[in-house]
Amino acid sequence: MDLIKAFINLFADPRLFFVMSVVALAVIVWKRELFSKDAVGYGMLGFLAVFFGFGLFDENFRLIVVKPDNVPIVALIFLVVFFTWYSIREGVLNDRRIAAGDDPIEKQESDRVWVWPDLVYTELIALILCTAILIVWSVGLEAPLEQPANPANTPNPSKAPWYFLGLQEMLVYFDPWLAGVVLPSLIIVGLMAIPYVDTNPKGNGYYTFRERKVEITIFLFGFLVLWSSLIVLGTFLRGPNWNFFGPFEYWDIHKLEPLTNVQLSDFIWVRMLGQPLPEHWFIREVFGIILTLAYVAVLPPLLARMFRRYYEKLGATRFYVTAMLFLMMLSLPVKMLTRWIFNLKYVVSIPEFFFNI
Amino acid sequence: MAQTETVQPKEALLVRCWNWLTETQIWTSVFRHAAPINDRNRVLVMLSNVFLHLHPVRLKKHGVRLRYTWCMGGLSFFLFLVLTFTGLLLMFYYRPTLEYAYSDIVGLREHVPLGIMREMHRWGAHAMVITVWLHMFRVFMTGSYKPPREFNWNIGVIMLVLTLLLSFTGYLLPWDQLAIWAITVGSNMARATPFLGHEGPGAALLALGDVQLIHAADDARFALLGGTFVGEGALLRFYVLHCVGLPLVIGFLMAVHFWRVRKDGGISGPL
Ligand code: HEM
Repeated sequence: MDLIKAFINLFADPRLFFVMSVVALAVIVWKRELFSKDAVGYGMLGFLAVFFGFGLFDENFRLIVVKPDNVPIVALIFLVVFFTWYSIREGVLNDRRIAAGDDPIEKQESDRVWVWPDLVYTELIALILCTAILIVWSVGLEAPLEQPANPANTPNPSKAPWYFLGLQEMLVYFDPWLAGVVLPSLIIVGLMAIPYVDTNPKGNGYYTFRERKVEITIFLFGFLVLWSSLIVLGTFLRGPNWNFFGPFEYWDIHKLEPLTNVQLSDFIWVRMLGQPLPEHWFIREVFGIILTLAYVAVLPPLLARMFRRYYEKLGATRFYVTAMLFLMMLSLPVKMLTRWIFNLKYVVSIPEFFFNI
Repeated sequence: MAQTETVQPKEALLVRCWNWLTETQIWTSVFRHAAPINDRNRVLVMLSNVFLHLHPVRLKKHGVRLRYTWCMGGLSFFLFLVLTFTGLLLMFYYRPTLEYAYSDIVGLREHVPLGIMREMHRWGAHAMVITVWLHMFRVFMTGSYKPPREFNWNIGVIMLVLTLLLSFTGYLLPWDQLAIWAITVGSNMARATPFLGHEGPGAALLALGDVQLIHAADDARFALLGGTFVGEGALLRFYVLHCVGLPLVIGFLMAVHFWRVRKDGGISGPL
């Protein structure tokens, strides 16, 4: 038993955790016929239930999972897994119908029914169920109330509300101006841009996967891998000092993680060129600045060249907006990988202006 | 030859009571038509009831199915109503000052019989965040943001942000350790806003001669907190936003959202 726990602790390491969630997404997309089988869906839910059930016997696990404000995230895990499976399954079923020359099920069911009683009663039942769940939840679990606010006593870890923990996790890789301001704004802008940059007329008003492969994969990457899974990571696997802790690990305040991160300027000037760091910030950071500019200014036209077909389909404006937003989204995994592989802290680091990338 | 006589069967008592009731002036003043058991009245009920008239009269079959909508939009709206109601009750007890905030919550927990209002409000808020996400997820997976529904998707994104902000502002109100430190962590970000935060890139450039325009007492974080730390000003500001400002805006946007669902041709479906 302890062996299994140690094994799981090992696997929950942020690096493995992230890589595994990317791999999982790839498998879902690639093996979606298999993934959409009923047995897989219920199997996953069953597995999760067993995992949490088994975990509750462990003291450390119990401590974080039944913390009242964390209970919704347990629910979120189940719901996100279920609805991902469900929507892919519905898409796959429709794809099969379309491949066989039929219409998607939504089209076959487009005759009209009366809102009273058909819809009104469905709504009523949903509403009663929702109320019942909420009441049971409220009776069963008391809302948390800790010690009165004390500005002099900082708890460790200090966590933002759970729905912002994905952003707080980004703070490991980016400075606050990016992780807390620019990237969240770009998430909002990106979401709002979706209907305007996606010109694919297919798949409007019915589940499908095949007709919208790229769109759905990118969205799932953002929603599942970058947003939901980082929230889970930030809630359950980050302890004091934002250090990583496995789900069955004790949150030891004194856990030390060696910080050996280096700046790109150190890498190039000191390690590669064997020189002291130049005095002036511009010369010191010139390589990082070039890299960053290349990322935002050279890469998009390169992508336009590589993906000629999309470029022509979307037109220049749409393509560049999409490419830009996509690159911004990828900047997080890029930064993660460079951190894990090279211990890179900042690409550009100009503390003089609070400007670190 | 005996005369045959048709005898009306006597109606049962309950039926007679019901008939009498539904003919009184009071009843007919409230309900303009008989129960929606035939097509005519199914139309009338939708047209004459202000709450039901958010709906169309008839709907494509697939749009009624849980499989299509997951009912997540509807549940988000319902949870919003629950939150409005329970929040109103909480406002009777709660005073947003450093002196009372915490003790009012303690009082609420200890002295109010059957006091689950705070729980309903808190868990309802968590649930609403989740249902709104799942609603967005379903709208994406059915491609329902595509023309002509682009604008409604955008209204949705704004409401998503507002939902998170409502949750965030409410998190501070109990004024316990959990609350102020979560808000401190969250609002510290604003300090680093480019140009507008005093530790943000570019802020140093905004200066008139020697005078810094952006400093700790006038930057983006200050505007958010009404102070340089999470204190009295922040509590009041968050309270007002949480109880009045944000609900008003999101309520207004919901009206637009629902209106647009209808005007964009009802629930989406294959063309
Ligand atoms: C406060 C939160 C929200 C509420 C109360 C709400 C409510 C609703 C309701 C009741 C519907 C009718 C169909 C259904 O139930 O699925 C709907 C449809 C829609 N919602 Fe929302 N919504 C919210 C947030 C959002 C968000 C975050 C988005 C997207 C980013 C969005 C985009 C849409 C779109 C595009 C439709 C039309 C879907 C179709 O025709 O199939 N909404 N909304």
